[in-house]
Amino acid sequence: MAESAETHGATRANPAVALRGITKRFGSDDTVVVAVDDVSLDIADGEFFAMLGPSGCGKTTTLRMIAGLEFPTEGSLKIFGDEVGTLPPNKRPVNTVFQNYALFPHMTVLDNVSFGLRMQKVSKSDAAARARELIGLVRLSGMEHRKPAQLSGGQQQRVALARALVNRPKVLLLDEPLGALDLKLRQEMQGELKSLQRELGVSFVFVTHDQEEALTMSDRIAVMDDGRLLQVGSAEDLYERPVNRFVADFIGQTNLIEATVADGATIVLANGSKVAATTAHPAGAKVFMSLRPESITIGERGSAPAEFRADCLDGTVSEATYLGHAVDYHVSIDWIDLEVRTPAVVARKRYRPGDNVSVWWNRASNWLVAD
Amino acid sequence: MSVLDQVPVDGGGSPPVSAPVAVATPEFEAANERQSRRRGLLIALPSYAYLVVFFAVPLLTVVIYSFATRNRFGGADLTGWNIDSYQELGDDLIRTIFVRSAVLALITTVICLAVSYPFAYYMATRGERTRNLMLVFVMIPFWTNFLVRNYAWYVILGSDGPLSRITEFVGLGPTRVLFTQVAVVLGLVYGYLPFMILPLYAAIERLDGRLLEASRDLYANGFQSFRHVLLPLSMPGVIAGSILVFIPSLGAYVTPQILGGAKTTLLGSYIVTQFLTARNLPFGAAMSTVLMAVMLAATIVYFRKGGRTL
Ligand SMILES: Nc1ncnc2c1ncn2[C@@H]1O[C@H](COP(=O)(O)OP(=O)(O)OP(=O)(O)O)[C@@H](O)[C@H]1O
Ligand SMILES: [Mg+2]
Repeated sequence: MAESAETHGATRANPAVALRGITKRFGSDDTVVVAVDDVSLDIADGEFFAMLGPSGCGKTTTLRMIAGLEFPTEGSLKIFGDEVGTLPPNKRPVNTVFQNYALFPHMTVLDNVSFGLRMQKVSKSDAAARARELIGLVRLSGMEHRKPAQLSGGQQQRVALARALVNRPKVLLLDEPLGALDLKLRQEMQGELKSLQRELGVSFVFVTHDQEEALTMSDRIAVMDDGRLLQVGSAEDLYERPVNRFVADFIGQTNLIEATVADGATIVLANGSKVAATTAHPAGAKVFMSLRPESITIGERGSAPAEFRADCLDGTVSEATYLGHAVDYHVSIDWIDLEVRTPAVVARKRYRPGDNVSVWWNRASNWLVAD
Repeated sequence: MSVLDQVPVDGGGSPPVSAPVAVATPEFEAANERQSRRRGLLIALPSYAYLVVFFAVPLLTVVIYSFATRNRFGGADLTGWNIDSYQELGDDLIRTIFVRSAVLALITTVICLAVSYPFAYYMATRGERTRNLMLVFVMIPFWTNFLVRNYAWYVILGSDGPLSRITEFVGLGPTRVLFTQVAVVLGLVYGYLPFMILPLYAAIERLDGRLLEASRDLYANGFQSFRHVLLPLSMPGVIAGSILVFIPSLGAYVTPQILGGAKTTLLGSYIVTQFLTARNLPFGAAMSTVLMAVMLAATIVYFRKGGRTL
């Protein structure tokens, strides 16, 4: 298939959601904003799919197009094989958990949760029964007759979840559903969401700008920037094999070291030192070597074992920060500063600013990305 | 020490000089509150005075006169207090006039509501520029005298006015709208439309648009979304607008007088007749009092319903 090369696809035959060349422009002529730029991706049935990216990169807009709250300017959007391009939201088998929940303030919890069923002409008693079931599932039994204003943030969040899930959507869209919660509650809800998703087997499309949240919860993650889809993959893919400098920098912390490819096995750093690296980039190409702080080893100057001689740099400690579980060093090497993180094992030698050291790394842990 | 000297310049609830710094004791808070209340009273004093002189006193006079006795010279004797005037209100003619006025006011209110709601919704969902422009258009009629505007309609609806000319031209014959209740309703709707549009606009504009999106996402079609989310949440605006239109329509005088002709006696003009022509002051006063009581009741209902618009 011609398009599969550029489509970051799920392997399943019939994806829950399929975007092909989706573009969304706002405004007209002189003030046009390209919110989503030629995005193609598949979301598999039953998958926990996260969309991650900096503010304004087009996550919400993508989600809203799947929901039908916004229509794409270009491209094709299919839900379980049906083209839904300009279908209104009430005709789509998807439901949304809105960023600030958007609970109906004039209705009780029960009425909020049964709303979707009532609109589909489910009888009042059936709707109430199913709503109660869902209210139980999100552990809010006994609060059926409260108004949203009488609930805590976390409880409102659960109502929003129940209100969407009661309709048994095939795809649930969640726009930063945990953004308004404090850290502890957020972690608790992360676990609950994940197990709920497994239990129901529903596809979750989860928008967040918290990368840790995305990494821990998702089967796959899409990284977006400036309307474009940069990479789709598992947490490991993104962390260990980022496709470009942006993804390498955005996911976790990393040292990005400018280099030029010498040949298939060596790169030359800016100071002229040669470092071993297997690469498919052509000779002379400008690349960045991504080195995670925790994959760098620090030791006395010249103490690098022989097998690491080719992946070693000498420098001076400029900063040492004790983090409890780890020690964070900044090591100045001529023209760059490297961040090095070592587990804070009691027996291990600590270095102080001014100490002359060597840093080295396992060849497999460096990763070259284009600019 | 003048009163003004006690008002701190910074305006906030700053402590009196004698109080210890930044310790919120109950006495301190109470003193603070007393002071800010006193200050509020001081600021409101001119308005209170105005209301008492130009509103409360005339109102009270009307109420007092309603219990007085009519004398031979067309005045009222303020000696023999009685409730005769109120008993006369049960009269068939009065009841007919009251019902007619109420029905007309109700029709006016319903038409205003039906016209204003889509308009207000449209206005509230536009960009800032369009919205402000539309607001200006809503306000423009206020720049012209109410009487003049009624006479404008008088001209438009007259037997040789533009409306009649147009219908004649397209072959429908001349229209005879002027001096009918249709003309009165038209004039009232025209006159009070802004009073409906503005509170509706305020209520809809304040509403969180995501709630409507959420309802659509939850399978509501356009009408269901209106019926179950938009309408209930804009109810304060609906109630406020309805009261603001119904009350003046019920007591309207100028419009029925100019556009309604003699055939349609309404409450407003009947009361005026009692004062100026029939010279039955106590009876006119009693009618006014009852009318005001009805309006007051309506207003109280509105505030009880939690309407805070405007
Ligand atoms: N209705 C609109 N009209 C004009 N521009 C819009 C509209 N909605 C979104 N945009 C623009 O499109 C871009 C993407 O917005 P979007 O809300 O999708 O970002 P996001 O990734 O969800 O960001 P955040 O993390 O801050 O929520 C932004 O530049 C935004 O200003
Ligand atoms: Mg967003």
